[in-house]
Amino acid sequence: MSPVFAMLAAMTLASAIAAMSFRKLVHSALSMILTFSGLASIYLHLNAQFVGLVQVLVYVGAVAILVVFAILLTRDSTRDSSVRSLAQSWLTGLLVAGAVFGTLATAIIGSRALDRALPQAAEITVKKIGEQLMTRYIIPLEVIALLLTAAMIGAVIIAMREKERK
Amino acid sequence: MNSLHQYLLFSALLFSVGLAGALTRRNAILVLIGVELMLNAANLNFIAFWRYGPNPEALTGIMFVIFSIAIAAAEAAVGLALIISIYRHYKTTNVDEVNELKG
Amino acid sequence: MDQIDQIFVSLKHWAVHFFPDALQPLVSAGLSIAALIAAFGSIFAITTWVERKALGRIQNRLGPNRVGPFGLLQPMADAIKMLTKEDIVPVSADHVVHYLAPFALIIPVSLALAVIPYGRNMALVDLDGGVLFFFAVGAAAEVAVFMAGWSSRNKYSILGAMRAIAQMISYEVPLVLSTISVVMIAGSLSLVKIVEAQNHFVGDWLPGWYVLTPWGFAGFVLFMIAAAAESNRAPFDLPEAESEIIAGYLTEYSGFKYALFFLGEYWGMFAVSGLAVTLFLGGWTAPFPFLAWVPSFVWFFAKLGALILLFIWIRGTLPRLRIDQLMSFAWKFLLPMSLINIVVAALWHFTAGWSFPSAPLWRWLLCAALVVIPYLGFGHALAGRRRFPKRVYQYAT
Repeated sequence: MSPVFAMLAAMTLASAIAAMSFRKLVHSALSMILTFSGLASIYLHLNAQFVGLVQVLVYVGAVAILVVFAILLTRDSTRDSSVRSLAQSWLTGLLVAGAVFGTLATAIIGSRALDRALPQAAEITVKKIGEQLMTRYIIPLEVIALLLTAAMIGAVIIAMREKERK
Repeated sequence: MNSLHQYLLFSALLFSVGLAGALTRRNAILVLIGVELMLNAANLNFIAFWRYGPNPEALTGIMFVIFSIAIAAAEAAVGLALIISIYRHYKTTNVDEVNELKG
Repeated sequence: MDQIDQIFVSLKHWAVHFFPDALQPLVSAGLSIAALIAAFGSIFAITTWVERKALGRIQNRLGPNRVGPFGLLQPMADAIKMLTKEDIVPVSADHVVHYLAPFALIIPVSLALAVIPYGRNMALVDLDGGVLFFFAVGAAAEVAVFMAGWSSRNKYSILGAMRAIAQMISYEVPLVLSTISVVMIAGSLSLVKIVEAQNHFVGDWLPGWYVLTPWGFAGFVLFMIAAAAESNRAPFDLPEAESEIIAGYLTEYSGFKYALFFLGEYWGMFAVSGLAVTLFLGGWTAPFPFLAWVPSFVWFFAKLGALILLFIWIRGTLPRLRIDQLMSFAWKFLLPMSLINIVVAALWHFTAGWSFPSAPLWRWLLCAALVVIPYLGFGHALAGRRRFPKRVYQYAT
């Protein structure tokens, strides 16, 4: 295990656990930002520069800001913070998550197909990614463009204040 | 245990943390954050498999993650719009209390 | 001449060769970072003095003139004042987030400075996705602004932070879109390659800078407007409008933390001006062939200084916008203009093959017309029927 990966993994995991367990929503959102940045650094460590930068741009720049805005717009001022923040079935949820991890971990550790050495790093330029996007992946790209437009219009319509009906 | 194992184990752990959060917390925004964490764990798997795969020139893993990030952005926008709309209606973002179909 | 041009590069190589091989990359990076921080630290100090002097002259005052000759030591006095001030944190503030916010601003901003090529072979890192990196770390600054505003537990702070984030998100769109036209023509996201693409002369004397093409000029203007908004400079300084919301998200900051925010904002302005120089003004290239003997970094910093002066001039001239004007300006004018600009840049690219007589002139005129006509259309539509009387100024003598 390389020390760089160990450090990044520890930071990412700690901030992910923190994000899921803080009482204050804003603290959770800020820890989530740290998790996303840690994941972006792991992508950079894995030689996927473009994906790492896109991860920062989209998650830190857009998704995190959206989450923060949503938190500020839905603040419960009537409710005091001493109310339980866990769902009624929290123990079941935790057990399910633990069981999922157990299953995944046994499968991963037991797998023979994963025993392979790290291959030579390929030179991945942004230009290559762009060429692939414009040739082989052109239809997914167009579909994504349509999806994003639809999502944007949908989000605006859902969040728009309904007009007072007489 | 070599390094592909460690990436996969890490991503499984991240996935479980996200899942635990999504299942145990009551606030809808936190549930959404949990789902995002799970999605990111899956993305990490794609990148790790691409890096250790036999044919990195094909860029399949990278392309998958780029599209997945785009979809995640759309999903977050719509999800948060829904949460805001629910909040306007019920004056709460608690998933436990939003349990009736009546408008 | 080459030796003077490369003096910093060779100085670093000379200093690095004293260290053992294993340490050399680390020492090299450390030296570059130290040089960068020293350079931009002094530019920051000079800029605060120049800004106060220039604003003073624009507003018919003298500006700082007490400390040192012409008030030149004013930045020193300011620094001493800032560092010795008491660091006040509100009792109800969220202490951890309040403490971390200035660092969350200064780190991404200094990262953004790292990808800009300051001269020939003088980029700290030549990333393949340099432009993308710049915008990615720039997006992280919004988080710092939110942290500062939210953690202060002050209505003015949260109001300022919400304004700042809304403004930064809105103006990031035209900022990135106006950059895309350059990326399209240069065919690379690497800032070093973008400068190289402009490092030639048209007809032996006209520099190949993108600002001299119709789409490049329009892109430059759009970029500078969006950059002023992105770095919260007047006339887009609503997030910290003193007369409306005290100092916005900076209200509850004092002493060293306030100084860090101040530094971060100025460095953000330098970074985005440096990006404008690199993208549109040819980076470190000389404007005329006979001036090519001047070292490359001198050209870069001269252009950077010119853009900083432009920002100061604009700050002294234009009144602050209202928030609705700000939003409608971004979404109804800048966004469509920058989209049109991308199409014009594509047209410019595809008309490069024209070969009839005086083709370059026709190509230039066609593209210019395609930019100017929508500009007039949008300007007319936005201005509406309002008519303003001619302003009369009176100068003190």
